Amino acid sequence: MTVSNAGVTTPPGKALAGPRTPDGRSAARAGTTPRSLRERDRSGYLFVAPFAIATGLFLVWPTISGLWMSFTNQSLTGTGSEFIGFDNYAEAFSDPQVWQTLWHTVWFTILSTVPLVVVALIMALLVHTGLPGQWVWRMSFFAPYLLTSAVVSGLSAWLFQPDIGLLDTTLAALGLGPVGWITDENVAMFSIALVTVWWTVGFNFLLYLAALQGIPAQQYEAATIDGAGGWRRLISITLPQLRTITGVIVVLQLLASLKVFDQIYLLTKGGPNGSTRPILEYVYDIGFTNYRLGYASAISYVFFALILVFTLVRLMPARKEA
Amino acid sequence: MSVAELVAVRRTRALQARAENRALTKLTIGPSPWVRVATLAALVVLAALWLLPVVWGAVTSFKHEAEAALPASWWPSMGWTLGAYQQVLSNSDLLIWMWNSLVVAVLVTVLTVLISAMAAFAFSQTLFKGRGLLQWLTIASIMMPGQILIVPLFRQMQALGLVDTFAGIVLPQVVAPVMVFILKRFFDAIPQELLDAARIDGAGSFRLFWTIVLPLSRSILVAVAIFVFIGAWNNFLWPFIVTTDPQFMTLPVGLSTVKNAYGVQYAQNMASAMIAALPLLVVFMLFQRRIVQGVATTGMGGQ
Repeated sequence: MTVSNAGVTTPPGKALAGPRTPDGRSAARAGTTPRSLRERDRSGYLFVAPFAIATGLFLVWPTISGLWMSFTNQSLTGTGSEFIGFDNYAEAFSDPQVWQTLWHTVWFTILSTVPLVVVALIMALLVHTGLPGQWVWRMSFFAPYLLTSAVVSGLSAWLFQPDIGLLDTTLAALGLGPVGWITDENVAMFSIALVTVWWTVGFNFLLYLAALQGIPAQQYEAATIDGAGGWRRLISITLPQLRTITGVIVVLQLLASLKVFDQIYLLTKGGPNGSTRPILEYVYDIGFTNYRLGYASAISYVFFALILVFTLVRLMPARKEA
Repeated sequence: MSVAELVAVRRTRALQARAENRALTKLTIGPSPWVRVATLAALVVLAALWLLPVVWGAVTSFKHEAEAALPASWWPSMGWTLGAYQQVLSNSDLLIWMWNSLVVAVLVTVLTVLISAMAAFAFSQTLFKGRGLLQWLTIASIMMPGQILIVPLFRQMQALGLVDTFAGIVLPQVVAPVMVFILKRFFDAIPQELLDAARIDGAGSFRLFWTIVLPLSRSILVAVAIFVFIGAWNNFLWPFIVTTDPQFMTLPVGLSTVKNAYGVQYAQNMASAMIAALPLLVVFMLFQRRIVQGVATTGMGGQ
């Protein structure tokens, strides 16, 4: 039987020796050692088929049809779908609204990413000290992440309510004037960033916490024996150990923030006076309010080009490892 | 194990954890009581700030509508009431939307985990022509943000007649190439000897998948499932695009329409927000450890 022959090709004992680590290396090993056993297996097609079909239908096909659409003047009402070349792209690049909403998106990304990383780090460092009440801290910081965007915007709109809202009432008690949290063009984006930090920081916090728990305790013990104080240990051990994870969190956060839509659409509808409208909302407005599907697709692809840059940066470490 | 034994085990575990925490406190911030007090104070302030919006929403939801519209106060003079909850539950489609969300989130989770695990198994443990190409395509599709596909995808759903159907909401959400890679990485680490032994015993791929690979991967499957479920339950953009009929709306989409319809009913708004928030918060309290681990293992997208 070929099967048992194949089994013999794996040197007995050697295959069992050495623990497998869940890194890229074992994958390479898995690819070589038992090759002969797997080679006879054609069931792979059946296993990959459902995912491949779903991806083809709901990811690859819309990607292609969207690209095609961006070269046509297709409308949601069904009229006209002639090929118009690069007209949509030419229009997009000269459309001030595209540049404006693109800038709002980038501005939001800058405003939200910095605190979303820094506050998460501070929270994780504080919780990781092992002070009592671990359950309470984790719960409080992560719970908002579990709320859906409609709840988040409902709660924050209520906090931001002019005159009777909690924030304005509290400020008034302190003798401070009312703030146009989401009604003042100069303030609205900051308020949205604030809400976003409150909402999603718990996720980064958990990533940092997991990374902190991975730092070997011996390092701290050794440093303590050498007489290093708390600050010294933080600066010389903890922070350097968090370099890699910080890089990952920053890139993931940039990608997430660039795709902002929910909380802005629900809280300000892009206002006041269009001052917070992100590019995704512009795509929505053009496509589903103005019915210009072709033009909306073209703007989508311009936006995609921007996101692609960040995604490639994100995938780079993974490629190095493989 | 008897109850007494279980209690004893729990107690020793709790004592161990406490001892570890004490050791950790010493190691990371030093033994100085002042630093410890300052750290605790910082934690208390941060946690209070983070809970504030939800607590304030809850307080409002138990007020009379007339009082909710008065300047903010933490203790209502007209007394507490469940009126807003009664109004919301009897007047809106809240319970229908909640049910829709549950159906959608469960379907998305089951389908995503199943097809992702199958694909990951194919990539990890079988050889077939075109495997390399398909894997490359999967990596490439990670780069495609679903948000930019809303326009062509909506058009496609129109053509397929899937607008305002559960299938239309669910199907585009089950494509999760990142999850395939997280799972593949895990499957790669399963000891090959185990699988080879089963193959020599005559087990086909399907038996290998069901009886060895899946049971061994329970922890990562749960992690992925939790992650997908939270995402599907809270997803707003796609369900918002593909549903117009309130009977098919999920909770996030439905809620966003209520806010407009009721205008200034603050207590009722907060009551619906609280009802909408409750399910996942309860799930989190029940499975906190699992969820925390799940976010840590899958949150980085397999990096």
